[in-house]
Amino acid sequence: MTAVEVVTRSRLRRGRRRRLVIALLVVLVVATFAVTLMVGRTVYPPADVVRVILGEDVPGASFTVGRLRLPRAVLGALAGLCFGLGGVTFQTMLRNPLASPDIIGISSGASAAAAFAIVVLGLGGAQVSVVAVIAGLGVALVIYLLSYRDGVAGTRLILIGIGIAAMLDSVTAYVLSKAPQWELQEAMRWITGSLNGSAWADVVPLLAALAVLGPALLGQARNLAGLQLGDDAASALGVRVERTRILLIVAAVGLIAFATAATGPIAFVAFLAGPIAARVTGPHGSPLVPAALVGALLVLVADLVGQFAFGTRYPVGVVTGALGAPYLIYLIIRTNRTGGSL
Amino acid sequence: MTAAHTLQATGLTLGYKDRTVISGFDLTVPPGRITAIVGANACGKSTLLRAMSRLLAPREGQVLLDGKQVHRTPAKELARTLGLLPQSPVAPEGITVADLVGRGRNPHQGMLSRWSVQDDEAVAAALETTQTLDLSDRPVDELSGGQRQRVWIAMVLAQQTDLLLLDEPTTFLDVSHQVEVLDLLTDLNHTRGTTIVMVLHDLNLAARYADHLVALTDGRVHAAGPPGDVLTTDTVRAVFGLESQVITDPTSGRPLMLPMGRHHAVSASA
Repeated sequence: MTAVEVVTRSRLRRGRRRRLVIALLVVLVVATFAVTLMVGRTVYPPADVVRVILGEDVPGASFTVGRLRLPRAVLGALAGLCFGLGGVTFQTMLRNPLASPDIIGISSGASAAAAFAIVVLGLGGAQVSVVAVIAGLGVALVIYLLSYRDGVAGTRLILIGIGIAAMLDSVTAYVLSKAPQWELQEAMRWITGSLNGSAWADVVPLLAALAVLGPALLGQARNLAGLQLGDDAASALGVRVERTRILLIVAAVGLIAFATAATGPIAFVAFLAGPIAARVTGPHGSPLVPAALVGALLVLVADLVGQFAFGTRYPVGVVTGALGAPYLIYLIIRTNRTGGSL
Repeated sequence: MTAAHTLQATGLTLGYKDRTVISGFDLTVPPGRITAIVGANACGKSTLLRAMSRLLAPREGQVLLDGKQVHRTPAKELARTLGLLPQSPVAPEGITVADLVGRGRNPHQGMLSRWSVQDDEAVAAALETTQTLDLSDRPVDELSGGQRQRVWIAMVLAQQTDLLLLDEPTTFLDVSHQVEVLDLLTDLNHTRGTTIVMVLHDLNLAARYADHLVALTDGRVHAAGPPGDVLTTDTVRAVFGLESQVITDPTSGRPLMLPMGRHHAVSASA
């Protein structure tokens, strides 16, 4: 076998595994999506669900599936895609799994702003998304400036981000405490994230954001792969480092903020999606698409578990939070063991 | 494959924030030869390489590649002619050798273009040249220091540039691996005519492997030329502040510097 054959074969083998895993993830997302539509207090057979989706009038199912479950499932899947994409972009760009937007305060900023916009300013719909995006970008800028000293070091940025996240979470708590008649469930949305009360009006801005920012991010996949090698190596490979970084940050923050404005900061989805995707696909190729799919799968599965696995219905963020916390602890223990700093 | 490219710095002043590292610096890199830059710690060697490869914008003066300013050249276009291996690149966790070497193809790929036969050929050739083909499916973080450095060199080779800048390619390597890496670079220079510019710590290895030796002190060129002319006791004193003897290396016929120090000198009268 010549050297070229060796290289080509191993590349094709890696590509096959990657495509297989991606296909499997798509199947799982679709299956979970279908289950979300079928299962509830009343279980509808797939045929009824399909008829509802096709616009036929099915007694009972048209309301339950069409008005309640379908927006919920669509919103959950979209938010999962956005969280997964945004999270893995930050983790890859800053070369650290802890540098996820839900750890370093960007989700908290978007969430605090969304709560503020609704409770204090009385805004709704797309206006809330806009406020959340502005706040998310603002927080990203503040963290960037505070941690900038001859370049941005990952550890400093993460620690500053964790501090900012704590501050912003208390802002959210304060804002919610100012809303006396605020329902507990709605308040929970801005603390842990929830799909309760999902409506088509929430879906539209999120879908638009994903349609614009998703492809923009995917177009940067190669540059992102370059950035992983360090700034100097990346620019030596012809990557325009600063420009790429700004593009990536704006797109990723936008996705996170739009999703947060719709569902609240569903805990740890952005943080978990990338590492899980890397585990199942191996470290080959761009992590963006697998992480997006894992994000969607996480939200949909966690929402099913939260709704039906226990006597009480829990918001989706409670379940993802319970999944994410042990992983966070594991990461910190592992870096401690290998002697690294964060 | 090599057209002789000219790389030249004129009146270059470089610095970070309020600190000037290099001032009024001129250097012409001889095409198709090996140039080594030596000097004491923090004398501006790495800064100079960063400026020559567009990573650092000069305060004054310019760097010209084939008469064109590198800082005005589009990043990808430059990266097809001029490769740089920085001092401490980061290998993403778990990445395999073939994957990492493949990233060297970036300047040859468009945003949406697919992986091509040429890309495979370039990666295969780079792996063969650096003798890392057997390692191609291994994760980079499991390799030894010497193997890892060969893999990074393979990555810049996959970039297929006629000029190659390397910032201390032998740091952290034991002596046999240092020689191995420098032999590899010499092979490249001899077989393909690749112009090589490297920053080296070890004065004697620099004198042995370079055709053109540049000694820096305080951000200026103290001496530049063939190692036989540059590596003298005067240069060592001026650049490193060290008394030394320079003899002819019996292995290579190049100059060999022996530091004096305050101890261990055999009395001259004995």
